[in-house]
Amino acid sequence: MKDIKLIVLFVALTASLPLITSSGVMLNFVVMALYATLLAQSWNILGGYSGQFSFGNAVFFGTGAYVQAIAQMQFGANAWVALLFCIAASALVGLFVGSVSFRYGLKGSYFALVTLAMAEIFRILSLSVSFTGAGVGLMLPLNNTFLGMQFVQKSGYVWLLLGLVTCALLLTTYIKHSKLGAYMQAVRDNEDAGRALGINPFKVKLVAILLCASLMGAGGGVYVQLFQYIDPGIAYGPQSSVEALVAAIVGGIGTLWGPVVGATALLLMSELTRNLFGQIPGINMVIYGFVLVFIVLFAPSGLTELGVSIRSLVFKKTISNSTSVPLDDLDSKPGEKL
Amino acid sequence: MFDSTIFLASLLNGITMGAVYALIALGLTLVYGVLHIINFAHGACLMIALYGVYALWAILGIDPYAALPVMVLMMFALGYLLQRYIINRAGHSKDERVLLLTLGLSIVFENLALIWFHSDTRTVETAYSLQTLSIGPVMLSLPKFYAFWGALGVSALMLSIMRWTDLGRAIRAVAKERTGAKLMGIDVEQVYALSFGIGLACLGAAACFLLPAYYVNPTVGNGFIFVSFTIVVLGGMGSFLGALLGGILIGVVESLGGLYLGESLGQVGIFIIFIFFLIFRPQGMFGGKP
Repeated sequence: MKDIKLIVLFVALTASLPLITSSGVMLNFVVMALYATLLAQSWNILGGYSGQFSFGNAVFFGTGAYVQAIAQMQFGANAWVALLFCIAASALVGLFVGSVSFRYGLKGSYFALVTLAMAEIFRILSLSVSFTGAGVGLMLPLNNTFLGMQFVQKSGYVWLLLGLVTCALLLTTYIKHSKLGAYMQAVRDNEDAGRALGINPFKVKLVAILLCASLMGAGGGVYVQLFQYIDPGIAYGPQSSVEALVAAIVGGIGTLWGPVVGATALLLMSELTRNLFGQIPGINMVIYGFVLVFIVLFAPSGLTELGVSIRSLVFKKTISNSTSVPLDDLDSKPGEKL
Repeated sequence: MFDSTIFLASLLNGITMGAVYALIALGLTLVYGVLHIINFAHGACLMIALYGVYALWAILGIDPYAALPVMVLMMFALGYLLQRYIINRAGHSKDERVLLLTLGLSIVFENLALIWFHSDTRTVETAYSLQTLSIGPVMLSLPKFYAFWGALGVSALMLSIMRWTDLGRAIRAVAKERTGAKLMGIDVEQVYALSFGIGLACLGAAACFLLPAYYVNPTVGNGFIFVSFTIVVLGGMGSFLGALLGGILIGVVESLGGLYLGESLGQVGIFIIFIFFLIFRPQGMFGGKP
């Protein structure tokens, strides 16, 4: 219930932002933060709650983006209908990637590398076929209407993305408190023990990758609506995969608010570096890389946990109802804890 | 339709490139075999080595082949320090953590290179860059010929170090049985750092052989990451001989795939081999039951 209250508060605050301020910079920041949150939250369901680290979330992102663009441009679909198609298509790709890799028990780094290889295969294929516009990419025609899901005012995008992020947050809350989420966390913490208790790890992981892929695909679809352009490098290149996983890990994986915090903190930092160093290409990513290294080495549970431990230091009480897991615990070999 | 000269030329190209791939993969498989970690920054480290060779040539006028001892030492030092002071902090046998850490490092390296050298593709021009050698009916560029023998030579040197020196014995002991090696008085942390150093030293050598016939830009490493992962998986993870054979095989597959399917689709073959082997034969081509 506490989670729901917080979500309502978060949504109410964010939704009212466009009514308070009309500053383009401010609203643009909110749009990009919500967009990054959506990607991170998607990664968090698979990586944080189910312990399957994907390095290739771009495979879902790109599929979503291309379906969103192609459905409108070649089949004349309405943008909102296209978004449904785009979610369905990326869910299908998720099902495919999941059934191929989980069926044969790929785990840990190997799963990560296979997802990355999948994204690369899709990238090369999208470069070679014609309906994706190959290397030229696809340019979505301007259609600044509600039905076209393109907005002149940034506030439209704020509300659109907020809707999707809310879905993601509610989904994560459900996962956190439901049987399904308990299964996922059992598979994450000790797959063999989970199986011994009657859980089917394959099914659980498949559901997780399905949810992750759907949200990521939605992120891809919104990307197209935001920027009206997509090409193989943007769609299936490593950028979106890295963005999703770094934000989730920085915020704290396996927590409800970690991705929100991580995505916002990273965006703040990259805006700051832009102000400090100007538009040097690459400086942004250097910061991303450093932050990732720092978090993995020194704060493996992410910023939210760091916040909790500081708060407990200050207020001298321990807060223990968080379900986050330090990265160390994810990797303990089965049997070690028994 | 079938032109045997083109086929032969392509085959020869594949074999020479494959030897360099093998050398690169040798470094990766050593790190995997000993430390049981996947170094995702391997490609980015190769990029650093290539820029090193380029800088030595552009600033000091040192020939890429003459830069070999310098590059091997420099890359060894880089690897040693990386492992000693950064990577070992993530702990061993926690594979995703190390993967994330090395991903972070590769992002940092790649983008620092982007800031310093910009995204331009650079090449080295030497007197022999454009010379060719005829072998039977086909022509092979001279740098590729040198690269083939150089890569084989360095690989042989590394294998003999592994086989016949005390250091090699210590490394193999740690790879096989860490605790036992520790009990025998081997400084395991030191061996880890040395292995990582040797792994990157292979990249230093590979970069010297590669650059006269190749190019460098900040993202050049990406092309090599999956090629070397695939070779390591194909040859059986941690197996040196497997990496050598796998390297040449992948070189040939890439070259012939490029000839018949086109440059970019040929690459898909490598990814498919990678996924296929990881899923169905994780022990590699020659391994027994996992």
